[in-house]
Amino acid sequence: MAEPIIVIEGLKKSFGKLEVLKGIDLTVHRGEVVVVIGPSGSGKSTLLRCINFLEQPTAGRVLFQGEEVGQRLVDGRLVPLPEKVLDAQRARMGMVFQRFNLFPHMTALENVIEAPVQVRKMPRAEAEQLGLRLLRRVGLADKAGQYPNFLSGGQQQRVAIARALAMEPDVMLFDEPTSALDPELVGEVLQVMQDLANDGMTMVVVTHEMGFAREVGDRVIFMDGGLIVEEGPPEQIFGEPRHQRTREFLSKVLH
Amino acid sequence: MAKFINHTINILPVLFEGLGVTLKLTVISAIFGTLLGLLAALARISRNPLLSAPAAAYVNLFRGTPLLLQLLTIYNALPQVGIKIPAFQAAVLGYSLNAGAYIAEIVRAAIQSIDRGQMEAARSLGMSYGLAMRRVILPQTYRRLLPPMVNELSALTKDTSLASTISILELMKYSNQFVSRTNLAWQTYIWTAAFYMVVTMSLSALASRMEKKLEARG
Repeated sequence: MAEPIIVIEGLKKSFGKLEVLKGIDLTVHRGEVVVVIGPSGSGKSTLLRCINFLEQPTAGRVLFQGEEVGQRLVDGRLVPLPEKVLDAQRARMGMVFQRFNLFPHMTALENVIEAPVQVRKMPRAEAEQLGLRLLRRVGLADKAGQYPNFLSGGQQQRVAIARALAMEPDVMLFDEPTSALDPELVGEVLQVMQDLANDGMTMVVVTHEMGFAREVGDRVIFMDGGLIVEEGPPEQIFGEPRHQRTREFLSKVLH
Repeated sequence: MAKFINHTINILPVLFEGLGVTLKLTVISAIFGTLLGLLAALARISRNPLLSAPAAAYVNLFRGTPLLLQLLTIYNALPQVGIKIPAFQAAVLGYSLNAGAYIAEIVRAAIQSIDRGQMEAARSLGMSYGLAMRRVILPQTYRRLLPPMVNELSALTKDTSLASTISILELMKYSNQFVSRTNLAWQTYIWTAAFYMVVTMSLSALASRMEKKLEARG
């Protein structure tokens, strides 16, 4: 098996008194597509957001390419890493959000080249070439000059994927990327994600799209109540789930 | 009619002289006040209490006390502790500090009205907090800032009339002096009002032009 790229150990996260993650262990290998499913409130988005430290874990750790992300355990206390170190770690992880979060004051192309130019100090001309190549890859080369508010949800999400790819990340995190889309726009986004998986991108995908989990996932994680209840290849999770809770969940979402 | 024209010819040069001072005071104070307000807003939303607490104290102090008291303190009370500031500079200081406190709240509200996902998206791309603020968050506040900033700068323009109390000869003072000399209260005050309105309405017009430009992004 390929080398581990993300290693999560004993990860816990509480919001006040509410413990959302109760001890997660998970390893993602290079080139792997891991799909996280589970009922709402199961902690799957929080898990994803802990990977790039948008949420600060309360306990445990996340290793990305062997480095602790965001904070380090020193003498039993979690100490934040310098901001610059965290920024550099995040730059190597792409994230796609449920509500796209495109920058509305920038065109599609400007959205895509913003981080390469500002963070990686790429010359603008070079960044624009990269940006156009990426927009072509997600099928939106003709929308380069368009502002996000003039694009459909599916188009916005594809621009957001191109924007994340522009930093040439080692892993892509997808936080329910199709949940905010009209049903007829879901397919175009899933297609782009499938192409990405076929190109060998390492992906962690939180989704309610069971078809995608089954077709594209190398491994499916079922979460409930802040814990990983069951994990395995899609054939196993969808074909012969071992746990009662997995069966109940699947019978609800698969009708 | 001839009398009216005659009065007008006498009033206008006097008022123009005062308008110059009013504009100078307004523009300089607006620039410093905006810079100060921006810094205070950023400090106030900082998670570092060494920044947020002084910023909050500053805003509360200057929003919670009368502008006239602030001007008089700077002009009359500071010299008692050895800080002597010439009248015009004292006025600029007072108006900048006062406008800065209001602008800080305007900017803070605008920043906090931007969806949290914008900052998250920027940070997830590896942008630092400062870079994300400068490139992603603040540019999105411009349109929301325009209406309250027009209000604030109009208020500042009109409030400069208080500067006469610390011996500054500005539009209101010239106007009033002219009235004492000539007893032409109606004619003088109407022209004075017109002068203030030209300034504040130009501000509004400028703002709506900027708003239209920003609207092009949909």
